[in-house]
Amino acid sequence: MNNIHDMGGMTQFGPIPQESNEPVFHAEWEKKVFALNIATLAFLGPVDRARHAVERMDTVEYLNSSYYQRWLRGIEIMGKDLGYLSDEEIATGKEINHKETPHPAPDAAMIEGLSRGGVPADREDGRAPAYKVGDKVLVRNLESKGHNRATNYVKGKVGEITHFNGSHVLPDSHAHDLGENSQPLYTVRFEAKTLWGENVDRKDCVYIDLWEDYLETV
Amino acid sequence: MTTHSHDHPNPYHESERDEATNKAMTERVDKMEALLLEKGLVSKEGIEKLADIYENDLGPMNGAKVVARAWVDADFKQRLLADATAAIAELGFGGLQGEHMVAKENTADIHNVVVCTLCSCYPWPVLGLPPSWYKSFAYRSKIVIEPREVLAEFGTTLSDDVEVRVWDSSAEIRYLVIPEQPEGTENLSEGELAEIIERDSMIGVTKVNAP
Repeated sequence: MNNIHDMGGMTQFGPIPQESNEPVFHAEWEKKVFALNIATLAFLGPVDRARHAVERMDTVEYLNSSYYQRWLRGIEIMGKDLGYLSDEEIATGKEINHKETPHPAPDAAMIEGLSRGGVPADREDGRAPAYKVGDKVLVRNLESKGHNRATNYVKGKVGEITHFNGSHVLPDSHAHDLGENSQPLYTVRFEAKTLWGENVDRKDCVYIDLWEDYLETV
Repeated sequence: MTTHSHDHPNPYHESERDEATNKAMTERVDKMEALLLEKGLVSKEGIEKLADIYENDLGPMNGAKVVARAWVDADFKQRLLADATAAIAELGFGGLQGEHMVAKENTADIHNVVVCTLCSCYPWPVLGLPPSWYKSFAYRSKIVIEPREVLAEFGTTLSDDVEVRVWDSSAEIRYLVIPEQPEGTENLSEGELAEIIERDSMIGVTKVNAP
């Protein structure tokens, strides 16, 4: 899916907004949105679905929303998709129809466990990697109507594999309840000249993590 | 050529947000919180715990301890570069958004800097939640294509000989930069070193200065 979230390579968003002694949250509502977003992942997740929800926002709304405004829209979008929330309920803050939850909401101990233990994305699926470190690979130019983590700026470009990270859950399927489809995840290096133009001669490069299905042999 | 104008509101300048927006967002979020509580999708103690952990417990002081250890203990640094998740766990840090850590060392010849162009992926256990600038459209969009200009905005200028390596966190790998230890700090203790290592140097947009 093509939207503004895939913004790597643009140059005209202005100066980077730096703030000294920045607080973790700028308002109580931001703190609440953060906590509500992470806590509801127990029902609305996985995290891939949460990322995709924000990516589906109207482009102009996305650009005019602050970070935690976008996270709040993510909760609304996922909640409605999964039948937990309706527009009327969101507007009023009061439940109209109840959907049974598969388990109780996470308590403090479960939250502590989540924070400490994390949610590992690697899998021991035994799938042998098709590529090895040093191989040149092309990032396939595939249209996607859903969640996808191959950035536009590397699609159709050739890079070199620098690291094999084992098998990882594929966000493209996991975000849409289509299974984990775990597969080899590689770190791939792209030269600035390859990405931005043959007239580029500066000594820069970008490393990005890409799943095997995103790649093909040069 | 005008590159920027300040005559329009910029939504990611969180500190400049007007009171009317804050009031409207507070009301909207309070409604969502009440709704999610009523529906059993969150618990009061669960959301309070989350806010407490990420506002108070986790932050760049953790990453600073990792880097300081790497500076004083060459064996630890080797373990950190070989398997950052395991090495960081030696210091008691790990968990959500730090399940698969990779550490990259800045040297005289190579400068590493981290971004998430697609959203805001960031190593929470060692750096806490990301600062606004890391999540800004300006940083996410520009660091991959014009890293030297971006670094200059942070006061970091690099010679043309230095290779700039930008790490775009597109998967669940999370990157921590090990900044160069500044000259003249060889006699500082590990604890004193941790005090001078700031967040931005572990993302890779600044260097560490001697005190």
